[in-house]
Amino acid sequence: MADEVKLYGFRGSPYGCRVEIALNLKGIEYEFIQEDLSDKSADLIKYNPVHKKIPVLMHNGKPISESLVVVEYIDDVWKGVPILPRDAHEKARARFWAKFIDDKCIPAVFKALGSHGQEQAVAEAQEQLQFLENELKGNKFFGGDNINLVDISATYLAYWLGGAEEAIGIKVLTKDKFPKLTEWCENFVNCQTVKDTLIPREILVAFYKKRFGKA
Amino acid sequence: MAKEELILLDFWASMYGMRVRIALAEKGIPYDYKEQDLRNKSQLLLDSNPVHKKIPVLIHKGNPICESSIIVEYIDEVWNHKAPLFPSDPCGKARARFWADFIDKKLYQIGRKLYTTKGEEHEAARVEFIECLKLLEGELGDKPYFGGESFGYLDVSLIPFYSWFQAYETYGNFNLELECPKLIAWAKRCIQNKESVSSTLPELPKVFAFVQYLRKRFGIDD
Repeated sequence: MADEVKLYGFRGSPYGCRVEIALNLKGIEYEFIQEDLSDKSADLIKYNPVHKKIPVLMHNGKPISESLVVVEYIDDVWKGVPILPRDAHEKARARFWAKFIDDKCIPAVFKALGSHGQEQAVAEAQEQLQFLENELKGNKFFGGDNINLVDISATYLAYWLGGAEEAIGIKVLTKDKFPKLTEWCENFVNCQTVKDTLIPREILVAFYKKRFGKA
Repeated sequence: MAKEELILLDFWASMYGMRVRIALAEKGIPYDYKEQDLRNKSQLLLDSNPVHKKIPVLIHKGNPICESSIIVEYIDEVWNHKAPLFPSDPCGKARARFWADFIDKKLYQIGRKLYTTKGEEHEAARVEFIECLKLLEGELGDKPYFGGESFGYLDVSLIPFYSWFQAYETYGNFNLELECPKLIAWAKRCIQNKESVSSTLPELPKVFAFVQYLRKRFGIDD
């Protein structure tokens, strides 16, 4: 029986994007169902009653939620291009950095953006970004030559952050402080599996201008 | 395997540390336990977890692993000869990870508010805490354990919080046995049937005394 794969998402969500990148890496065909986040469908609420959020992956009728849980699920089910390292210690390391991005890095960046570039908030965000800068260690990606869970987790930083910075008129991820991370952003968004999932930059910037009251 | 190959940096009252201790006990693995002074962190801790500077940290053959949920998965993968903590099907794994993530994002922070806040914030925390426990109760259903017939990853993730229940009840001003009877029954079942749990969890009054001490330190009236 062929797999039935559906993704409840929202075009422009970096979290939904993580799942799409993982599906693309494995070459899986799926149906994308666009949700109206101001009027969530009965299906979405049924499939993610705890958080009522996208993305939700439906695989043969079974729902899976929380983007990083979904990405690991995809890696567990479908062989092919690996998303996590096979070595247990390297796997733990990848999970650590993916969690760090979600728990520490992105919230700090949100705070810096929300404050419209207030010095202390930017400094704190840059402190977290510095850990990632160091972790790249001269590799093209966090996964080495190919993208892995950590790169996928950092999707927001690669594309959405730049759009928000442009909209507000501030810079958090600067080239002089973060040369490796800046190059990583460029390399990441140019991956074929990533490119197709991104919304046009003008739309992203316009969205952020409205969101941060700069329109 | 020599005890020195495995070192656990931990703090006795930490529910995150307890997860790791329970997982190691489930697998029957000897290790060197090093109690940490969290007000005066050791160089070993700072070197092993430079990003968060937090316990627990498991050091295996010189390699540190941080974040309790990640450490427990690591233990399950490396020592897969005994007591598997995850089901073999990816869906079951994803479900366990989803709920462990829910516990991490919600339970600790809301629980902390029960003994550190007052007024409206405290009242909101009371409501949310019970809501969280009821959702977990729903996930447990009529199964003996979250893992089904056997004690698993989600059981390991949640059971340490039980040792904090006297503190939560007192400062939250509720009776958890009345609010979530199935969950309390599950917790007692874990303590009764699993030596890894009964030998790891500190006595509830001891944790309660620790929370009283924390409140004094934060300057909160009793």
